Amino acid sequence: MPSRTTGGTGPVAITKTAPQDSAEPGGTEGDGGATEGRATEARAKEARGNEGREQEGREQEGRHLNSPLLLTLVLLTAVMFQDPIRGALAAPVMQSWMTVFVAVMVQALPFLVLGVLLSAAIAVFVPPSFFARALPKRPALAVPVAGAAGAVLPGCECASVPVAGALVRRGVTPAAALAFLLSAPAINPIVLTATAVAFPGNPEMVLARFVASLLVACSMGWLWHRLGRTDWLRPPDRASYEGQGRGAAFWGSVRHDVTHAGGFLVIGAMAAATLKAVVPAQWLSLAAGNPVLSVLVLAALAVLLSICSEADAFVAASLTQFSLTARLTFLVVGPMIDLKLFAMQAGTFGRAFALRFAPATFALAVVVSALTGTVLL
Amino acid sequence: MNRLAQTALLFLLGATLLHAATTDLYLRYVKEGLRPLVLLAGAVLIATAAATLWYDRRGRAHDHHPHREPRVSWLLTLPVLALILVAPPALGSYSAAHTGTALTKPFGFPALPTGDAPLRLAVADYAGRAVYDDGRSLQNRRLKITGFVTLDRKGTPYLVRMGLNCCAADAQPVKIALTGAIPPVLRPDTWLEITGTYTPRRMKDPVNGGPIPYLKVTTARPVPTPHDPYDETWNT
Repeated sequence: MPSRTTGGTGPVAITKTAPQDSAEPGGTEGDGGATEGRATEARAKEARGNEGREQEGREQEGRHLNSPLLLTLVLLTAVMFQDPIRGALAAPVMQSWMTVFVAVMVQALPFLVLGVLLSAAIAVFVPPSFFARALPKRPALAVPVAGAAGAVLPGCECASVPVAGALVRRGVTPAAALAFLLSAPAINPIVLTATAVAFPGNPEMVLARFVASLLVACSMGWLWHRLGRTDWLRPPDRASYEGQGRGAAFWGSVRHDVTHAGGFLVIGAMAAATLKAVVPAQWLSLAAGNPVLSVLVLAALAVLLSICSEADAFVAASLTQFSLTARLTFLVVGPMIDLKLFAMQAGTFGRAFALRFAPATFALAVVVSALTGTVLL
Repeated sequence: MNRLAQTALLFLLGATLLHAATTDLYLRYVKEGLRPLVLLAGAVLIATAAATLWYDRRGRAHDHHPHREPRVSWLLTLPVLALILVAPPALGSYSAAHTGTALTKPFGFPALPTGDAPLRLAVADYAGRAVYDDGRSLQNRRLKITGFVTLDRKGTPYLVRMGLNCCAADAQPVKIALTGAIPPVLRPDTWLEITGTYTPRRMKDPVNGGPIPYLKVTTARPVPTPHDPYDETWNT
């Protein structure tokens, strides 16, 4: 896996292990860093030697205190070894992998930041009673309303995950928040316009995309309402902001969400870059002949490539060897579930949720878009 | 990762985004239109870092939530390091050789300026006119086309420009095969300005079977990488 060689293991391995290891990279290069590291090590050992439960807390605290130091060490190590790192990354595969990885990050971060600002605003400035009034009381009715409301969030899927998380925390029934999560990246005006531009000869594609996406979003909402269990959803994982000023709560929420969702975005970007660099395009043309296979292959491709929903229409338009129905599947599945989104959903709502929700969404999206394609296209 | 480290990381990430967007670096990864958003995101991240520090200084009392912050945040160091230390180049011949040509039929063929001077054309414009207009507007014209060199497995040289819709993850190549006075030594990823003429010869892309027109080279001149390595105009 190319990602492992980029220094990806660096920060992760260091955080996972006890402070002993953190002294190691410091020891190899900076004198100042090394002494600091050893001091930490000594402190940690002392703490462990002495006692049981109670000291655990103090060690925990010691580790927390260390993370700025660790961050400095990671950065310094990387800077000092920059020549070997660059040398290792000089192969064309690695370079194209890194370009795609950085590109996905640079492209997605602004939308993530936008979504995080919006979700912090919802969490801090909009009272829960607003949503109680705005949405119908019965969840079965709230689902289509929330799904249609997705049309007003202009952005791609990275923005919708934190917003949906904030809605759930604000007491919106999960079924409605999930319908919003699925519909927002697919049916907003920017995405529909991009679709119209990408398919100049087939305006019905825009209608098909809108109808199929809204159908899948509402069906998933209703399905969750019937079958979903609240214990699959992880309870809000964050410090409560009660008792703080509004400003402190707002910026605290932004900081938490960016570092959290951003980390999962990195995982998704790495997966997408790997697949883009590894999967040979020849395989695609083999599948294009068979109508069933072509739908399934493009659905899988949408998941793997994790392209921003504002750009996926252009990629779909270039897959000319495939039928319109297969390309519609690509456009419906992509904004609802892909590697990047899966990582972010697992981070926001918990793994138990993501493992059930993602496959169900995928299956439903494939079936609905195949049906819509047969009727409309 | 505690609040202080998170704050430092947010600041670094914001500064990196600002650095990329204020230089031409961001053009290697995303389209030009995203620049204001990237700048804004960088500014918001720095503001978040500043606000966290400010509220921490004012309200020490609130700092005793023993809330475990997620370790996944450490991964955010990767894009910072990748952008600052490596700054990978724009997608080049490797991706072009592994992706099929993405030539699609243009909406129309606007009249080209007349005259004797060599006519400057984009790679996608030439390919579109050569394939879908049978080169009608290109007959007996000297043409100047800029792109980078790509060699496929058999060593066939192409002149390529990657087209971009949003970011490099969706970049796709448009290729022209070269014939005529091809320079004896061709290194992949070299940017060339080729002067040549239309030829009706065509081939199929070995990757996806898409149409690739030929261009008869008269002279080839190495040029520096253009300001924006991607072609953002080809399908909007």
